[in-house]
Amino acid sequence: MTRVALAALLSHWRRQPLQLLTLLIGLALATGLWSAVQAINAEARASYAQAAAQLGRSDHALLSAPSGWIARKDYVALRRAGWKLSPVLEGRARLGEIAATVVGVDFLSYPKPPEADAGAPEVTPERIFLAPGLLFAPPELAVQLAAQPDLPPVVATADLPPGVVMTEISLAQYLLDRAGQIDRLLVLDAQPINLRPLAELAPDLVLTPPERGTETARLTDSFHLNLTAFGLLSFAVGLFIVHGTIGLAFQQRRAMFRTMRALGISLRHLTWLLIAELGLLALVAGLLGLVLGYLVAAALLPDVAATLRGLYGAPVSGGLTLRPLWALSGLGIALIGAAIAGAQGVWRLHAMPLLASAEQRAWAGVAVRRARFQALAGLALLAAGGAAIWLFDGLVAGFALLAGLMLGAALLLPALLDLVLALIQRRTRAPVAQWIWADMRAQLPGLSLALMALLLALATNIGVGTMVSSFRLTFTGWLDQRLAAELYVTARTDEQGAALHRWLEQRVDAVLPVRSVDALIAGQYGEVVGMRAHETYRRNWPLIAAAPQVWERLDASGGVLVNEQLARRENLWPGAQVTIGTDWHPEVIGVYSDYGNPVGQIIVSLDTLLARFDGVPYRQFGVRIAPDRVPALVTEIRAQFDLPASAVVDQAEIKARSLAVFEKTFLVTGALNVLTLGVAAFAILTSLLTLWGMRLPQLAPVWALGLTRARLARLELLRSVVLAGLTALAALPLGLLLAWVLLAVINVKAFGWRLPIYLFSGDWLLLLALALLAGALAAALPAHRLRRTPPADLLKVFANER
Amino acid sequence: MNVRWPVLVLCLLAGSAHAQGFAGLGTTADGFAIPQRGTALSFPRDHGPHPKYRIEWWYLTATLQGEDGRDYGIQWTLFRSSLAPRDGQGWETPQLWMAHAALTTPDAHYLDERLARGGIGQAGVSIAPFHAYIDNWEMQGHEGSGISDLTLSASGPEFAYDLTLKAAGPLVLHGDGGYSVKSAAGQASYYYSQPHYEGRGTITLPEGEIAVSGLGWLDREWSSQPLASDQTGWDWFSLSFDSGARMMGFRLRDDMSGYTSATWIAPDGNTSALPDGALKLTPLAASSVAGREVPTRWRVELPARDLDVTVSALNPQSWMDTSFPYWEGPVTVSGSHMGRGYLEMTGY
Amino acid sequence: MLLEIQSLTKRYPGSDSARPVLRDLSLSLAAGETLALTGESGSGKSTLLHLVGALDRFDAGEIWLDGHALSALGDGARAALRRDVVALVFQQFNLIPSLTVAQNLSFHARLAGREDREWLDQLTERLGLGDFATRYPEQLSGGQQQRVAIGRALAMRPRLLLADEPTGNLDETTSDAVMALMLDLVAESGAALFLVTHSERIAALAGRRAHLSNGCIT
Repeated sequence: MTRVALAALLSHWRRQPLQLLTLLIGLALATGLWSAVQAINAEARASYAQAAAQLGRSDHALLSAPSGWIARKDYVALRRAGWKLSPVLEGRARLGEIAATVVGVDFLSYPKPPEADAGAPEVTPERIFLAPGLLFAPPELAVQLAAQPDLPPVVATADLPPGVVMTEISLAQYLLDRAGQIDRLLVLDAQPINLRPLAELAPDLVLTPPERGTETARLTDSFHLNLTAFGLLSFAVGLFIVHGTIGLAFQQRRAMFRTMRALGISLRHLTWLLIAELGLLALVAGLLGLVLGYLVAAALLPDVAATLRGLYGAPVSGGLTLRPLWALSGLGIALIGAAIAGAQGVWRLHAMPLLASAEQRAWAGVAVRRARFQALAGLALLAAGGAAIWLFDGLVAGFALLAGLMLGAALLLPALLDLVLALIQRRTRAPVAQWIWADMRAQLPGLSLALMALLLALATNIGVGTMVSSFRLTFTGWLDQRLAAELYVTARTDEQGAALHRWLEQRVDAVLPVRSVDALIAGQYGEVVGMRAHETYRRNWPLIAAAPQVWERLDASGGVLVNEQLARRENLWPGAQVTIGTDWHPEVIGVYSDYGNPVGQIIVSLDTLLARFDGVPYRQFGVRIAPDRVPALVTEIRAQFDLPASAVVDQAEIKARSLAVFEKTFLVTGALNVLTLGVAAFAILTSLLTLWGMRLPQLAPVWALGLTRARLARLELLRSVVLAGLTALAALPLGLLLAWVLLAVINVKAFGWRLPIYLFSGDWLLLLALALLAGALAAALPAHRLRRTPPADLLKVFANER
Repeated sequence: MNVRWPVLVLCLLAGSAHAQGFAGLGTTADGFAIPQRGTALSFPRDHGPHPKYRIEWWYLTATLQGEDGRDYGIQWTLFRSSLAPRDGQGWETPQLWMAHAALTTPDAHYLDERLARGGIGQAGVSIAPFHAYIDNWEMQGHEGSGISDLTLSASGPEFAYDLTLKAAGPLVLHGDGGYSVKSAAGQASYYYSQPHYEGRGTITLPEGEIAVSGLGWLDREWSSQPLASDQTGWDWFSLSFDSGARMMGFRLRDDMSGYTSATWIAPDGNTSALPDGALKLTPLAASSVAGREVPTRWRVELPARDLDVTVSALNPQSWMDTSFPYWEGPVTVSGSHMGRGYLEMTGY
Repeated sequence: MLLEIQSLTKRYPGSDSARPVLRDLSLSLAAGETLALTGESGSGKSTLLHLVGALDRFDAGEIWLDGHALSALGDGARAALRRDVVALVFQQFNLIPSLTVAQNLSFHARLAGREDREWLDQLTERLGLGDFATRYPEQLSGGQQQRVAIGRALAMRPRLLLADEPTGNLDETTSDAVMALMLDLVAESGAALFLVTHSERIAALAGRRAHLSNGCIT
């Protein structure tokens, strides 16, 4: 019986292939967009986790030297004092033809040595420690390295992130030409008792707690959070289509359901059958969506990988692996989507009386009630979102606001459009125009779901576009400000620092010493930086709040500047007092933005810093110089002071890299934008096509009254374009609100800094044009059909009347 | 720590298969020196490292009594392992070092392990004055007194100790003037001891510091071929009797009756080496330790010296859960002789 | 007795409760019997038919159908009764639009699990539907659709066939032909027929007649 009944249910789709296609494509697109974003995120996150674990960044505290590197004897002295530490040396090197990041570790103490893949050469202590040594590399790189002449044997390992070669520290020192140097010391677990504190033993080294080691993750999290929000919004857009199609499929089969029940299929049985049918469709669509998502992700991932690798230095493999969890979550979201969309249908089935006559009584006036309910629900959602952010703190409240805003606005859209159309209608006198507007209003209920999808797609476009653009503008601007000097040089020792300073002063426009100490700031460890208020800083420093004459007061009165994170966390704005150490309470005279830095930072005048703290390192300098003289100076400094490559950093290089990164980011978000918009256009098309069946009886009388089919077709097109345009107008403020929520609410909750919003009105015009185009394209097919409808079909409308 | 890593370290210490030597030749296949009968040991030179030999250890154990009346034991062991028969400076040296320290009480056993590279000053042994160290674990002698006057210290996450040790008797050479045969096939090592330490100092437990005093025993051994391929492990005893006499005895287990060796040390320090078969070891009771059955009560017989004693572990759970796990702990002796000592068992 | 109706009362919620649609109504029908129920529009004939078909619930009294007291049955058991014992022919045909004529014809029988190929072929031929087997309902005329509905109902060999104005949507000529055919086939299948109609002409074709007015049988 079940088979017979299920076959009957499914026969509907055979007779309505377009509807089936709409449903499958809608759900597949929604799943695909969602899974593409998830795949990109999962891949990137897996890469970081791997990198962080391999480079010992996540679990262990780190000791590093502000001067750039730690001498071997200092490491040994700390070991001899009892501290269990593991040395790491890291740098870029050319291995034959290939440039790679070489990480040198002491394999005896390193907590997570990589494991050789099956089939790799045998790993023995002799081969690791004795010349020529071994190179551990991820599989792809291992193949490339193995082809290079004069390199030690290469061991492939899945444990290393792309582009990283791990090897014995002695070999690494040779490859990097850094004999006797160590970049950082991992503080291992299970330290013995009765140790002297590191601060006493190694006052020159900086201890970074484990969580601060994940700075990269902090910045990239921002990117991922925004991508995730994008994924969710795209999914919501797709969901509106699915909701529409499933709703229609239920609606069209009401008579069939009733007949089936009359022929002896119980309500419970029918419900299960419908759930099974939906599940089957969702599964098929989900699988399609996974394939789609995989393709989109595979196409975009190289750009994302480049994005993340470029600025944040986070290594992300350009290749995509199919992760079971990702696939499951994709299918899950398809099922959940279908369930949400189908729940209403199933509920209505239960509310539906067996007898049609009873139904007419029960459902009288329901359409009006529903429209009103929908508008009220929209208002309620908006209010709930606002209340969430008002009442609760934290990221979840931010997302609640986001959800309330988007869904509430979408639900309000039909009522809003109806209002606007009614206003226009009232001002129109010409009979045809009056008919057009009235007809448009009449069509609203059928089109409203598609228009909601369009609204969400457009708003997401505007919101995410604004966010990414603002992010780029702010971040590059901030880089310009913070990296104002052309060159940054780090000396090995204080003595060398002093010599370097003297030497530089005779050759360049200005030398700006960068000197800082770690200290307790408002009870937590942070950084106190001494600054000489040089013209460079006065002009460029990114202050977001400042007392009058802030730079003069920095020098004269001992006031301090605090970074935005600290200011927001401790509520330290100009006029407040901040406690540094235990007994120093200077006044805050300014707040500056410091993106990506998770710890508190304070800027004081250099003289104040030196007066307050002993033994402030004297090693880092910013150098102002004409840009064309930079390369020559770099060469000269290296020759004169025997400094490693990493100790002399050219600012232009960093900037060029970060700009390239944002171009990639744009590419990715741009591609997702177009896809989302495409989904919304598809929603309009399918709505128009499903309305087509009811359209002829509405149009036939008008045709009979003397409007040509061509004109009617043009009006069809116009109707779609006008509705899309009106929706786009409504999407603009919503998109800006969305951008504001992302930048000023969610970002602050998640990362502690707020990004200023920049508006790009040119983009909006483009988007409006795209929306109109989407409307026109969606109506093109139905309009074309109408133009070609034989008059006989229109006449039938009258003949069929009973 | 991943699973394969200890295996690597184990290879380092036990000597990997391809590095097995050939008895009778002067060197192993890969150039390591092999102990030769008749070579005279020379001090203080031989207190220091012998980098041409594959493995070597400085192995100090002490049975202690606390001011609280309880019995304790400490272990301080430094292993040297060569990947190639040469010394060297910097990270490139083939010399690797490993150390184990333990503190045993009747109801607890604390331990820690250190690994270090030679050549960079993190671990090593020098002879004038004597100084063996790895990280902050140290065995330090005085200028001109060899190893007869030592300060000893180590610390782990839950324990620490700090002792001074004075030798009340001469060094003891095992086997034939320090040439100690380890199997019927002729595998051998150089092996001498200083079994006459009297020590005092403090131990630190999670509960606090305790003043202690007692007897210490240092074993020095180096070789390039520690075990024959059919030998599965060993049981090793160092016993100090109330009479003032001492005994070192071991059995290397194999599929057959095993290979035993013992040295009887009279109160005046005179020694006699006892051949294979003279020492009889019989397990009396086993304890379940770290998921395996380990004999922790033994009958030890040396008929030639009228010795017939029962040796019982102070703490049967004295398991050294290190990269190369084994059992090592203080024991008490009763029967024909009374006394204390240390027991080491590997391969269980 | 195949069908026994005792003191049946039915009210519609919200309507005038003092005047129930059916009031203390009793009626019975033996196996193989044909009964035509006539009455004015709104007299409650269709309501009575729906109650007998276990499509709706009543307020008082009892209906015994094939030995089951309908008031005691849950939704599942009522559905099973409709599937296995009763068949319905409606004024609006109620065919499944996405199934072909052949599929519609066998649908109820297959649901009930007693598809009889021979009987189905016979029905198809007698109903003159042989040429339309692969067509869809929307491609048929009203008379043809109703013949499919009748075929669907009889194909499962019901013990009781309930017909609600089966020819109400058909013109007179078609109506007579369809009616005659239905009565013939009912007689052949051995089912009882409970026919509701407002047409005296059609009612005259049944073995027994009853008239409903003001909620009572007269």
